[in-house]
Amino acid sequence: MSLNPLLVATLILVSSAFWLGKKKALAVAGQAGSPRLHSRPGYYGMIVALWCAIPSLLIFAAWQSCADTILTNLVMGSISAAGEALDPAQLRLRVSDLHNLVSGKVFSTDIDPLMQKAAQRYQAMERLSTMAMGVTILAAAIISGALVYTRIRPAMRARNQVEKIVELGLILCSTIAVVTTLGIVLSVLFEALRFFQQVPLTDFLFGTRWSPQIALRADQAGSSGSFGAIPVLAGTLMISAIAMSVAVPIGLMAAIYLSEYAGRRTRAMVKPLMEILAGVPTVVYGFFAALIVAPLLRKAGVSLGLSVSSESALAAGLVMGVMIIPFVSSLSDDVINAVPQSLREGSYGLGATKSETITSVILPAALPGIVGSILLAASRAIGETMIVVMAAGLSANLTANPLQAVTTVTVQIVTLLVGDQEFDSPKTLAAFALGLLLFVITLCLNVVALYVVRKYREEYE
Amino acid sequence: MTRQNKSTMEMVQRGLARRHRREKIFRFLGMAAVTTSILFLLLLFGSIIANGWSAFRQAELSLEVSFDQELLDVDNLRDANYALLIKRSLREFFPQVEKRRDLRHLYKLVSSGAAFELQAMVMADPSLIGTRRLVTLPADDEVDMLLKGYIPRDVPESERRVSDQQIRWIDELVAASRLKLGWNTTFFTAGDSREPELSGIRGAVAGSLFTLLVTLLLSFPIGVAAAVYLEEFAPSNRWTDCIEVNINNLAAVPSIVFGLLGLAVFLNVLGMPRSAPLVGGLVLTLMTLPTIIIASRASLKSVPPSIREAALGIGASRMETISHHVLPLAMPGMLTGTIIGMAQALGETAPLLMIGMVAFIVDVPGGLTDPATVLPVQIYLWADSPERAFVERTSAAIMVLLTFLIMMNGTAVFLRKKFEQRW
Repeated sequence: MSLNPLLVATLILVSSAFWLGKKKALAVAGQAGSPRLHSRPGYYGMIVALWCAIPSLLIFAAWQSCADTILTNLVMGSISAAGEALDPAQLRLRVSDLHNLVSGKVFSTDIDPLMQKAAQRYQAMERLSTMAMGVTILAAAIISGALVYTRIRPAMRARNQVEKIVELGLILCSTIAVVTTLGIVLSVLFEALRFFQQVPLTDFLFGTRWSPQIALRADQAGSSGSFGAIPVLAGTLMISAIAMSVAVPIGLMAAIYLSEYAGRRTRAMVKPLMEILAGVPTVVYGFFAALIVAPLLRKAGVSLGLSVSSESALAAGLVMGVMIIPFVSSLSDDVINAVPQSLREGSYGLGATKSETITSVILPAALPGIVGSILLAASRAIGETMIVVMAAGLSANLTANPLQAVTTVTVQIVTLLVGDQEFDSPKTLAAFALGLLLFVITLCLNVVALYVVRKYREEYE
Repeated sequence: MTRQNKSTMEMVQRGLARRHRREKIFRFLGMAAVTTSILFLLLLFGSIIANGWSAFRQAELSLEVSFDQELLDVDNLRDANYALLIKRSLREFFPQVEKRRDLRHLYKLVSSGAAFELQAMVMADPSLIGTRRLVTLPADDEVDMLLKGYIPRDVPESERRVSDQQIRWIDELVAASRLKLGWNTTFFTAGDSREPELSGIRGAVAGSLFTLLVTLLLSFPIGVAAAVYLEEFAPSNRWTDCIEVNINNLAAVPSIVFGLLGLAVFLNVLGMPRSAPLVGGLVLTLMTLPTIIIASRASLKSVPPSIREAALGIGASRMETISHHVLPLAMPGMLTGTIIGMAQALGETAPLLMIGMVAFIVDVPGGLTDPATVLPVQIYLWADSPERAFVERTSAAIMVLLTFLIMMNGTAVFLRKKFEQRW
């Protein structure tokens, strides 16, 4: 590809623009009787270089984004003109055939000669397009750089212009967060809406059967597939509840112990260890749950005369709880530390013991923050994927027994979307509907939690 | 008055023992919580190391192979029958085995990849043809498991995957010191494979490196730029608030949702290649940006205003103040945040499953658009494989991943300690 020579040429152009600009600024300032430069000479170089680089970047982005579509349309137009009119589905098939041919991914020998010719034509045109793009980019860079270059005078406010451009760049970077959120919402919402055109919203939200299989023949039993999200949601809630009932007591007590009882040295030693627990990748927890915890629970169940499924909700929930302990403890730790010392001293002064101070003064004072941290932890539990994918089940049972296998929203998303997908079957689109559900639930939890924590912080600051 | 006082004191005294007991219990509960979590940590690491350490050694067979001229055609070395060479040398060692069925079982002791190793050897050095020498070849994974003691010898023959006859042969080979456990280089030099003894993590490590490279190159500059704008330039208005809420919220969005975004936008709308580290890096960039932005802002905030005022006071512009004075002082904190973000990205699996990085890929990726997988996904794939030998490989891969993570986090802690400044 001629991409890399282009990159090198542009880089050389931009850096030489910088030196030329700087030199000219110095030369202009050096003339007898000329006023002093407004900015330091480097800024003049920078402004020329920026005006070289920005147009070429813009042209490159625009060219890349539309060249492929235009080329495909041109080539496909020539095919259709030669033959019959195609319906959209067939046309799409042809287009993907064409792309495969062009990238050389076809190994069969009997290729339609028409397509073969089209592919060759596409390749030739693509080469031409790349060349044209290179020439355009270099020309644009040289012209716009030269324009700025000729305008260099001592009075030119180069620094302010450069700073304006840099600031624009900074603003652009900071909006990426908003763009990402928008992207998530739009992409998930768009596919979910297509799903709801095929499956009514009420069936999805209130249906109690989840079996997203689509039959091969229309007359097969259960051919419609049923997309009731209730069992999936119930499974998610059960596993999260088990996780929270492990993580909240342990995490909270650990936070209390570390912030109120432990000495400096214990604290310095134990806190990083707890942080390691938070840094272990979730896939490791998943492996641990499937390999160690689940068989252990099964054995324990057998000795107690209980039948424990090898993919029980309990195993996944327990391990997820362990994973969440550090979130609860470190967030609660911050909150407890933020309670003013005067409250503690007041309580001690009245003769309360340490534990009485904690339970009746510090915890009530820190309660909003602790609730916020618990909500954040719950949102993490609901969205956790790998542990449940590896240790929880696939079948959507509507059950209250934690020893049975249940499935979760994230497990279903993964099983529906891993592998090949067709983007018009409700099965694939259902994953996006579940994704939307997941996003909305965690968003609500996060917003409430963040609001509570912020409000609480303001109270004591 | 004094009576009342006394009775209050009595009441307090009476309750004191109970209250002190409660205090002790409460304290004990706190200690128990801390010890439980540390015990969990030890159990996790202990079980992984106990399962995984043996994967670093692997059973190797030393066979005397004669590179027959009649079998190896110099002009067509690629297609020669290398498996026959191995079979012959095994028959030489066990001349008493004659029945076809027995022979088939005997051949099973050697890995199916051994022939390819011979092929590579001969093609690299054709002068081997016609010679006879001792060659070290990988044994089958069942042999490996037996030597490591994972396949019990005392259960009935029908319940294990190695027959009594095979065990006798293996013992003979061990006694002749032709079969022993050696350092497992394959694990570090090979890509994925369906055969446990031929599989390695090199492909996954390369994929992880490419993915992290993309993530780092994008998320560090963008994150720092965003943090600088929000902390130093942004006016406090609705728009800034909106950005801030978004960043805080994105930090808590489940990672799999980023995978859905990647699938819908990068793959379907923009038509980027599936399974490519480039797309993985883009998705992980979006995921780690909030972490980096939040850490960088905290770091910028900790630079005292006096530095800014001094720079502004001697005539620097705002941009100069920031780029010459504030940024260098805030850089260690920003780097720490970035490293922690990268560690998060390195351990992330779920969003990468969505964009097709779970494919079974044998080749080591050589570029940003080659199909690749990453270390955590490799762990996930191996954890799903039924062979016993993959359990130890999974654990060993986890050990490698954890080593990387601990090194990265250690660097972050070191940076923080070294450059920590109290103003």
